[in-house]
Amino acid sequence: MKLRISLLFSLLLALVLVLAACNGDDNEPGDNNNEPNNQENNEPAEDNNNDSAEASGDNVLIFARGGDSESLDPGSTTDGESSRVTKQVLEGLLTFEDESFEVAPSLAHDWDVSEDGLTYTFYLEEGVKFHDGTDFNAEAVKINFERWADPSHEYAFTDDGYVYSMYGTMFGGYKGDEGHVIKEINVINDHEIEFILNRPLGFFLQNLGMSYFAITSPAALEEYGATINENPVGTGPFKFVEWRKNESITLEKFEDYRVEGLPKLDSVVFTVIPDNAARLIALKSGEIDIMDGLNPDDAAGVESDENLILFERAENNFGYVGFNTQKEPFDNKELRQAISYAIDRNAIAEALYAGYAVPAKNPLPPSYMGYNDDVEPYAYDPEKAKELLAEAGYPDGLEIDLWTMPVARPYMPDPETVALIIQGNLADIGVTANIHREEWAPYLEKTMNGEHQMYMLGWSGTNGDPDYFLSSLLHGSNVGTSNRSFYVNSKVDELLDAAKVAVDQDERASLYSEAQALISEDVPMVPLVHSRPVLATTNAVVNYVPHPSTSESLAEVEIQK
Amino acid sequence: MFAYTTRRLLMLIPVLIGMTLITFSIVHLIPGNPAQVILGETASETAIKDLEESMGLNEPYFVQYTIYVSDLLQGDLGTSLKSKTAINKEIWPYIAATFELTIFAMLFAIIIGVNAGIISAWRQNSWFDFLAMLFALIGVSIPVFWLALMEQWIFAQELGWFPSSGRQDTRDPMEPITYFYVLDSILHGDFARTITTLKHLVLPSIALGTIPMAIIARMTRSSMLEVMRSDYIRTVRAKGSGQFLIIYKHALKNALIPVLTVIGLQTGVLLGGAILTETIFSWPGIGRYIYEAITFRDYPVIQSGILVIAFLFVIINLIVDLLYKFIDPRINY
Repeated sequence: MKLRISLLFSLLLALVLVLAACNGDDNEPGDNNNEPNNQENNEPAEDNNNDSAEASGDNVLIFARGGDSESLDPGSTTDGESSRVTKQVLEGLLTFEDESFEVAPSLAHDWDVSEDGLTYTFYLEEGVKFHDGTDFNAEAVKINFERWADPSHEYAFTDDGYVYSMYGTMFGGYKGDEGHVIKEINVINDHEIEFILNRPLGFFLQNLGMSYFAITSPAALEEYGATINENPVGTGPFKFVEWRKNESITLEKFEDYRVEGLPKLDSVVFTVIPDNAARLIALKSGEIDIMDGLNPDDAAGVESDENLILFERAENNFGYVGFNTQKEPFDNKELRQAISYAIDRNAIAEALYAGYAVPAKNPLPPSYMGYNDDVEPYAYDPEKAKELLAEAGYPDGLEIDLWTMPVARPYMPDPETVALIIQGNLADIGVTANIHREEWAPYLEKTMNGEHQMYMLGWSGTNGDPDYFLSSLLHGSNVGTSNRSFYVNSKVDELLDAAKVAVDQDERASLYSEAQALISEDVPMVPLVHSRPVLATTNAVVNYVPHPSTSESLAEVEIQK
Repeated sequence: MFAYTTRRLLMLIPVLIGMTLITFSIVHLIPGNPAQVILGETASETAIKDLEESMGLNEPYFVQYTIYVSDLLQGDLGTSLKSKTAINKEIWPYIAATFELTIFAMLFAIIIGVNAGIISAWRQNSWFDFLAMLFALIGVSIPVFWLALMEQWIFAQELGWFPSSGRQDTRDPMEPITYFYVLDSILHGDFARTITTLKHLVLPSIALGTIPMAIIARMTRSSMLEVMRSDYIRTVRAKGSGQFLIIYKHALKNALIPVLTVIGLQTGVLLGGAILTETIFSWPGIGRYIYEAITFRDYPVIQSGILVIAFLFVIINLIVDLLYKFIDPRINY
């Protein structure tokens, strides 16, 4: 026993010494002369497998985020951490501009829209190859769309639990559904494809820019079957190498990428570091190059650090306090307006987002088409709120329930504190707000059923179209689902319906603008803030442009040593 | 001995049946529809219905449970709702990661803890004893996440001695064989990489091993003190043996029984309870696997993950019980 323990002890000592000895010499060339290894690595360039590989200038970018991807099959997921990765591997017919939701060409270099808005013809890039070497053509596009639309399609993998919910949401349902927008898809030739719609859809092109509708190689669908979610094969700048669950996803440069000279990196590794503070430490100690999900409170520290660069994503969401407009007491418009004047949005933006948020006045992010900047905000004014409260018939105030969400979301990083601020604001005008808490799932269900009076929630954009915000949240037909304010205004519905089918984007913009003015007057909800998520990179990272959707292409990004 | 082992193994069966019942009902008692949670606030009603159906949530509980158990008996742990992969296939790397971390954390805890306990008992009321027990007290009371962040800050960010997160160099990953990365790097014959993986283990092992270390040190000390006062030690001493021999040869063996119990229990606790350490050091272990399954309401993973941990816990306790006899031949089963 004595021998064993002292042996262990000396072993431990030896180990500590060895480890300590290996620390200082990261940059010494001697460290590279390690034994020849027999690992199955086909790239000799990556042979120097210790820490000094970092310094040797291998063009590897490490992108750290808080959670792992859910699936690498873009169509069957709605998860942002997934599309962040698939955006590099697969491409859709269209994409978005670097910093906005403006539609830009991708696999389709050009397109025509018929006068009636029912026929879309896309002209596809020629000579494009999938990563598996097969040709990209119009047939491949058709197969992908049919796979999403038709649950009985041979590649739909419905029995394996694949659901294409983003397709259903964006294109009005699936094949055979009454609301389904796409009537037929015709392959004209290898590089021309035509979509015929049942009725016009104002944001059809916008949808096609979404990373969820990216084209997978049909040969890969055949080969991998239901494991396609772990084996993405597309036409993107990077090809998939390996996915270690909860650890890392490795992509490497696709040599035959259709754009000459891109991508600039040799490989990209998406790694998972769940804790925000630990992720920042990893960035500061040079273990990673880009970190998503910086705490707003840490932003100032990053800004003053000369080795790091702070980035803000354009706002693409908004958090709000909504009313159940069909139930006592908030079926009273004056009362809703009174509450709206009583809430101090600036205080919320400052307290919770360290200033990385803009106070909201419309249920739509400011960068969006049709955003109505002429809407007069309900500026914080407790006196006016009290007057309106009296006019509404509550001169002595009243008691209400305020439902607060139990989980943090990008638009609402700390719902509990927001609820407390609002509670305080309302107390100032004589309204007693009792904070009511529910678990997340019952919260969503009960607000859908209208069991609430006043509630907190938010919305995040996906396709960059106003319809996704305004119709989902405020169209009468969505009462009982996503319209949790139970707001029905036939005039607003008409405007939203007209905007949905209009093809001319200027016309759509003015219709949405008009709808926002009406909504602002009715106050079915009090928009609080649009948050601007912050992230950081080391100063070696060049050409990185964060996209409001949270999925940006890394094709142009470089690492400068 | 053999009969005892068999009996203990048979006792596993009711324990595991109980576990399946408990995990199954806990998971289904959580309020809320999992399909709604998975799809979030922007989900449409049809999308929720579709998902419910594809998850089999529309079946009655009893049917769901029967299917679950009959699959288990065939060695099928179910399919993850999130990754759509068989849990059988994907769980091993997580178990290996946690095991590796637990082994190193316990090595740290045992070597430091037992020796500190011995010396404290030997030099009772000395300055060493006082300091060691003070540190042990701090050790059990220190919050793991705080210790972990401090370690990262000092040793990774400021001094740059050890990496702050992960199991290996992200820029240059290795081909896994057993998923025990230290072992894998040795199997690859790549000793530079062994050092890298060991370096990645240092901070999380210390963070995870601190509490068990403190408990072991205190347990060893009190157990040693008791043994040192017993008659046979006085006899050995009268015989003229040296102090070192008395402690390590005669006293320690008998003092180890309660320590071993603690070690066994703590190992079990670490296997299942390393979530905080695994989260802060982004260690892809079983704790985080289950934690993420919980946020996603991935029922099959929650059930199977807890079941696997319970199984390991019982096995480790069995091994500890068997070790008693090896250490103290007076014990009979």
